Amino acid sequence: MSQDITNILVCGIGGQGVMTATEILAEAAIAEGHDVKKTEVAGMAQRGGVVTSHLRFGRKVLSPQIEPGTVQVLLGFEGAEALRWSHYLRPNGLALVNNAKLVPPVVELGLFDYPEDPTGLMRTAGHRVVAFDAMSIARELGEVRLGNTVMLGAIADYLPFAPDVLLACIVKRFARKGEQVVDANRRAFAAGRDAVAKLLGAAATTAA
Amino acid sequence: MAAVMPAPAAQRLLLSGNEAVARAVWESGVRVAAAYPGTPATEIIESLARYPDLHAEWSVNEKVSMEVALGASMTGARAFCAMKHVGLNVASDCLMTMTITGAYGGLVIAVADDVGLSSSQNEQDSRYWGRFAHLPVLEPADSQEAYEMTKFAFGLSEQYQTPVLLRLTTRICHVKGLVSVGERIAHEPSGFVKNPERWVMVPAHAKLRIPSLFQRDETLRGVSEASPLNILEAGSERSVGFVASGPAYMHVKEAFPDAPVLKLGMSHPWPPEKMRALAAMCDTLVVVEETEQLLETEIRAAGIACHGKDVLPRMGELSPQVLLPAVDRLLGRPVPPPAPAAAPVKVFPRPPTLCASCPHMGIYYTLSQIKNTIITGDIGCYTLGAGHPWNALDTTICMGATMGVALGIDKGRGEVDKNKRIIAVIGDSTFMHMGMQGLLDITYNKGNVTVLLLDNNTTGMTGGQATPASGRDIHGKEAPRVDLARVVEALGVPNERIKVVDPYELPILFKTIRDEIKIEGPSVIIARRPCVLIDDFKPFRPYLVEEDKCTGCGNCLEVGCPAIHVTRREKVVKPSGREVELAFVNIDNQACTGCGLCVQPCAPDAIQHVPRRDIPIHIVKT
Repeated sequence: MSQDITNILVCGIGGQGVMTATEILAEAAIAEGHDVKKTEVAGMAQRGGVVTSHLRFGRKVLSPQIEPGTVQVLLGFEGAEALRWSHYLRPNGLALVNNAKLVPPVVELGLFDYPEDPTGLMRTAGHRVVAFDAMSIARELGEVRLGNTVMLGAIADYLPFAPDVLLACIVKRFARKGEQVVDANRRAFAAGRDAVAKLLGAAATTAA
Repeated sequence: MAAVMPAPAAQRLLLSGNEAVARAVWESGVRVAAAYPGTPATEIIESLARYPDLHAEWSVNEKVSMEVALGASMTGARAFCAMKHVGLNVASDCLMTMTITGAYGGLVIAVADDVGLSSSQNEQDSRYWGRFAHLPVLEPADSQEAYEMTKFAFGLSEQYQTPVLLRLTTRICHVKGLVSVGERIAHEPSGFVKNPERWVMVPAHAKLRIPSLFQRDETLRGVSEASPLNILEAGSERSVGFVASGPAYMHVKEAFPDAPVLKLGMSHPWPPEKMRALAAMCDTLVVVEETEQLLETEIRAAGIACHGKDVLPRMGELSPQVLLPAVDRLLGRPVPPPAPAAAPVKVFPRPPTLCASCPHMGIYYTLSQIKNTIITGDIGCYTLGAGHPWNALDTTICMGATMGVALGIDKGRGEVDKNKRIIAVIGDSTFMHMGMQGLLDITYNKGNVTVLLLDNNTTGMTGGQATPASGRDIHGKEAPRVDLARVVEALGVPNERIKVVDPYELPILFKTIRDEIKIEGPSVIIARRPCVLIDDFKPFRPYLVEEDKCTGCGNCLEVGCPAIHVTRREKVVKPSGREVELAFVNIDNQACTGCGLCVQPCAPDAIQHVPRRDIPIHIVKT
């Protein structure tokens, strides 16, 4: 199988902005000169269901789907969803997970249980996991809608190209909304980067 | 959606297969493009509607969309229609005779198979239509090919006066890749030519033309043999060779980069000489096709030994990880065990939900409270009524089937079902697609059926497309608006048996349904509220739960709203000795849009409006 291909899996729930985030990641990979394929399956109806977006890039991408066990970075917009797709991570793959807990009606009805500690279960399974609260970070910046940019900031240092390439694509997307919006997104991007860097740094210290 | 200036030629754009097809249709000078929305094909016409210089439309169903395209082709205009796999079943009546008249202006039919059933009631293989209707089938493997083959298809159609099937799958439609685009070349229609022997398909005329289909098959086989769309890649590791088309080709190349492959871009008619050349250069031949064993059977019938569905799955999507072990087993090689980390973790299911404030919730909450019924359902967001917590639908088959199935249950039932009330549920768009005929059958044949017509003013599940009852066209511009109540009356439902209700008003809704199901004969209850995802929907003041008042009865959870969450559970023993679990709740007032459905079953009045000072002004409407 192609060794020079980067596989990024973005997962979450319909309506969270999974597809848009992946689209911006794809634009960054294109800006770096990669061949890119992006695909998703969002089941029937519009909201509330499981959404995964597969992004593959490299010299030449053939199959659009990512296979289990081959993901370099998993970007999870919700805890249980990150756990659901964690078997897609390759050994030593990295999971960056927003701590959000979105509980569906079938769990509220008492038909199923929401896992106690999804990211803990992922760690127990041997995955490298960084869990952070993207929505709180966004709220502190004054706008929950910045959550997606926080998520993109979180992944920025774990891509095979410079974080600025990704930031440029975000800036381009928000440019027509004015300088204020662009600045807010820059701050959200930086906050996402910082959050993950601190947590990974702390993990490294603990391990040492 | 106003037409915008399309991206200039010679650019590389990140396009989905659907967007790539749309771009190519526009560049090919097409004048008429028609479709009914259907996953995964919906975005083709949606994106075409943004291009200038062509007529794009939402048709009422796929059959009409194909007839519109055929009519345009008769004038010499280039024409296009798009549909999902089950849509072609609906359009097949037109297709099977259109193949005899042939096309005049280039005519391309895009049909998208939902391989893996992400959003469909079945999985079927549209390549069969190429055989059944004697039409060429093109199968792109990515967005760039989708673009190129669409352009090629118009030329092929005109040269051989044949409609062309462009077979897509979900992994073409919904995969984005880079596409180099070109310029539009206008195509002026040469004019309609009166020619009854060609366009009036009475037996005498059709008989004369049918032999031309067989001739066309043979001619196209020659085209296929010579076509650069069918490439024999010699490879270097020849113990096993592959035949593949569409996304399956990409999986083969990824799994077996050095193997010989016959890549079929034009998969019907397929090229026999190239096939024999492939068979001669490898020890074992494997046909890799998604869903049916179609090529495999034909190749074997041509006297070429091959494998296929004896080693590969017969349903769902293929992938390199499916192909590799299957071929290892076939060749008697050791199969490497899967990595232990690759086992999926068991997590609760997260089925799609109705949105907060979805008017369908009022319907299904009410239906779940009415006993002794048989409820037939149909295709749309409202199919989710079959799930939790409502479990309200007993059947779902195909577009419009709720009507005929309900009538059949009424006429077929025996003693055991005699006291059951039969209710047929259908959405507004599905009703106009194929439900009107079924309702006419119910009235004509004196069926004892209560129809619930859920009018949310849009085609919800595919993303909110306009319908003839929404008063807007595909561009969002004003269009004539059909009055559903008058349509229903014209179809024979007595005026006094047509009720229009608000699905947010549970007591009236409940009473209306209960009254109507008791009376003999057909009736229609139109439940009218806009889909919450379209512009017509205006949010109301959100609600909250006064937690000291909540008794944990859980009645509100039965509404099924995703904005209601359980904060704690408590087991208590009732005076009767029965143990019950209480579920205390709150409401996510970011998600709540104030429909009030949950307020009505709340016994202790614990659900109250959020105080005005706590909500942004723009969402207030009381």
